[in-house]
Amino acid sequence: MVNTRARYFFARNTYLFSLLLLAILLSVNYSLQDNLFELRILNNSMRTLLPLIVLAVGQSVVIIGGGIDLSVGTMVSMLVAVLVKLIDAESSSTDIVLAVLAACGVGALAGTLNGVMVAVLRLQPIVTTYATSFIFSGVALVLLPRPGGQIPTELRRFYAGTPNGIPLAFYVIGILILVWMLLRSTRYAQFLFATGSNDKAAYTTGVPVKIIRLTTYIWAGVFAGLAASALTFSTGSGQANIGDNMTLDSIVAVVLGGTRLSGGKGGIAGAIIGVMILRVIRNVIFFADVPTWSQTLVNALIIIAALAGPGLVGLIRRVVNK
Amino acid sequence: MNASSDRILRVRRTLNPPLIALLLAVVLFFAGGLVKPNFVNLDQATNIVRLAAFLGIIAAGQTLVIISGGEGIDLSVGAVVTLGAMLTFRFTDGDNNLIPLGLLLACGSGLLIGLLNGLGVSLLRIPPLVMTLGMTGVVQGTVLVVTQGEMLGATPRLMAKWIASPLVLGIPGVIFIWLALGVAMWLVLNRTTYGKYLFAIGTNRTAARLSGVRVQFIVVATYMLSGLLAGFGGFILLGFSQTVFLQLGNSYLFPSIAAVVVGGTLLSGGMGSYWGTMSGALVLTLIDSLLRAMELDEAYQLIIVGIILLALISIYGRQTSLRQ
Repeated sequence: MVNTRARYFFARNTYLFSLLLLAILLSVNYSLQDNLFELRILNNSMRTLLPLIVLAVGQSVVIIGGGIDLSVGTMVSMLVAVLVKLIDAESSSTDIVLAVLAACGVGALAGTLNGVMVAVLRLQPIVTTYATSFIFSGVALVLLPRPGGQIPTELRRFYAGTPNGIPLAFYVIGILILVWMLLRSTRYAQFLFATGSNDKAAYTTGVPVKIIRLTTYIWAGVFAGLAASALTFSTGSGQANIGDNMTLDSIVAVVLGGTRLSGGKGGIAGAIIGVMILRVIRNVIFFADVPTWSQTLVNALIIIAALAGPGLVGLIRRVVNK
Repeated sequence: MNASSDRILRVRRTLNPPLIALLLAVVLFFAGGLVKPNFVNLDQATNIVRLAAFLGIIAAGQTLVIISGGEGIDLSVGAVVTLGAMLTFRFTDGDNNLIPLGLLLACGSGLLIGLLNGLGVSLLRIPPLVMTLGMTGVVQGTVLVVTQGEMLGATPRLMAKWIASPLVLGIPGVIFIWLALGVAMWLVLNRTTYGKYLFAIGTNRTAARLSGVRVQFIVVATYMLSGLLAGFGGFILLGFSQTVFLQLGNSYLFPSIAAVVVGGTLLSGGMGSYWGTMSGALVLTLIDSLLRAMELDEAYQLIIVGIILLALISIYGRQTSLRQ
């Protein structure tokens, strides 16, 4: 009885294994770097991490819906270019809000392009979003041929702020998780999970599979807009390929967070934990004085070990049960 | 099955994707003549086939992995290509007599990476996409550890001569190697038990297991072959580039997947061919050369490549409808 209840709990909260892993890595990190949790250090890490966190949240919605989006990184590049075009050192706060809305709007449009191709025309998501990523990096280059841009000093100060002694990033994460918890009990979320786990069955039971799938890509676009905003606020300028490398990190983070790539399972908490795991691994390597030329290898080996963790448990269980 | 899916199947049967890709390549080549009059000539044609050969060889293993299904994809080929080229570059150090050693190291290291990929995917059930992505990091890290950031070594003269420069009748050796690989791949896919099992596990793993196919064994073997072919691709590529840098193979990674898909192989597995991939590599290389010849701004080149890729995928990359 207890066993089944525990199993159900773990199956519903797929991120628990990742949370454990994060806790272990964090304690290793803390033992090597005792100022890790000092407000200034913590705020610095969280501030640079927030763009990837937001992006990975969007990616996890697409992945839960049974798809994948390889264009989110170039989308961030394109939307940073949009923001840099709209904001300068003298922008008022209204201008900035409008610019963020514009970035999310353009992101939603870009996501619609992906979504229509994948959901309505039924093209394979991996190659489709790879193809659109060319279009987005092209547009980014058209908008921003040379790196540049400026943002108001107050905006940078606001983004680096710690209201009530808590880094701004934690407020954003809190809002994201709250919205997700409210969403999880709605019909939309049920349809989303149904579409991701078995689209044929979902279709026959009346789930609007096409529309649900389309919306997941639009969400990814909107979140790319938010990620681009966070990135612009933290760097203060932009360049046309600034987000390109974030795509693969966002996918690895989602998987590290316990969300299945085949869809139908997982949540955004996992993605957030996954991004933090990636960062803490890098921290540990830096503070453990790993030789420069070995850092990439050690980093990759730890990530593989983390990915292999749940599989290893499964393998042992299969062998023991035999 | 209703009329619409029936129609799709019929279209698939009459319009053979590899054939469309090949026809498209020919049309594109002559279209190049309209854009740039001196684009159409024998030298240019040879050069394009030569460039396509490198992509085609690197995409060979990718074809096998994608046919094997189960979300199969190999994102480590780019890094393995770099590793193969680096090992050959470093350990032959320009000595013609050591070329076989270089070949052995390149292929052997690829085989090992492929084995790890295969074990991770089949035994630990890590999704292929992230497993092979993680291995990319491991391979790149290994390259950094071995080289310590300095690419020491040299390319043996004979390799450049046999691979990249004209060998017989003005045709470079790499084209002959590619054709030979094409024949070998056809034999493997269509005339061996392995090939039969590969399509079987790509179509339906459960059905394959129930009919006695050792699915995990075939999966591991497929990733090993993919690694081997990527390592071989790195060896061959060195004959052309004659120099090694960290990002050498990266630019071939996603084109290798695109070539497979443009050649009509289903990303969901169980259906495809290597000669489709060969045509796909030709089409992609032609588009690239054509856009270069047009001397467009890089930004517009990117946008056009994206639109063309979307168009190519939508011709026959469509999945079956849910309404069946």
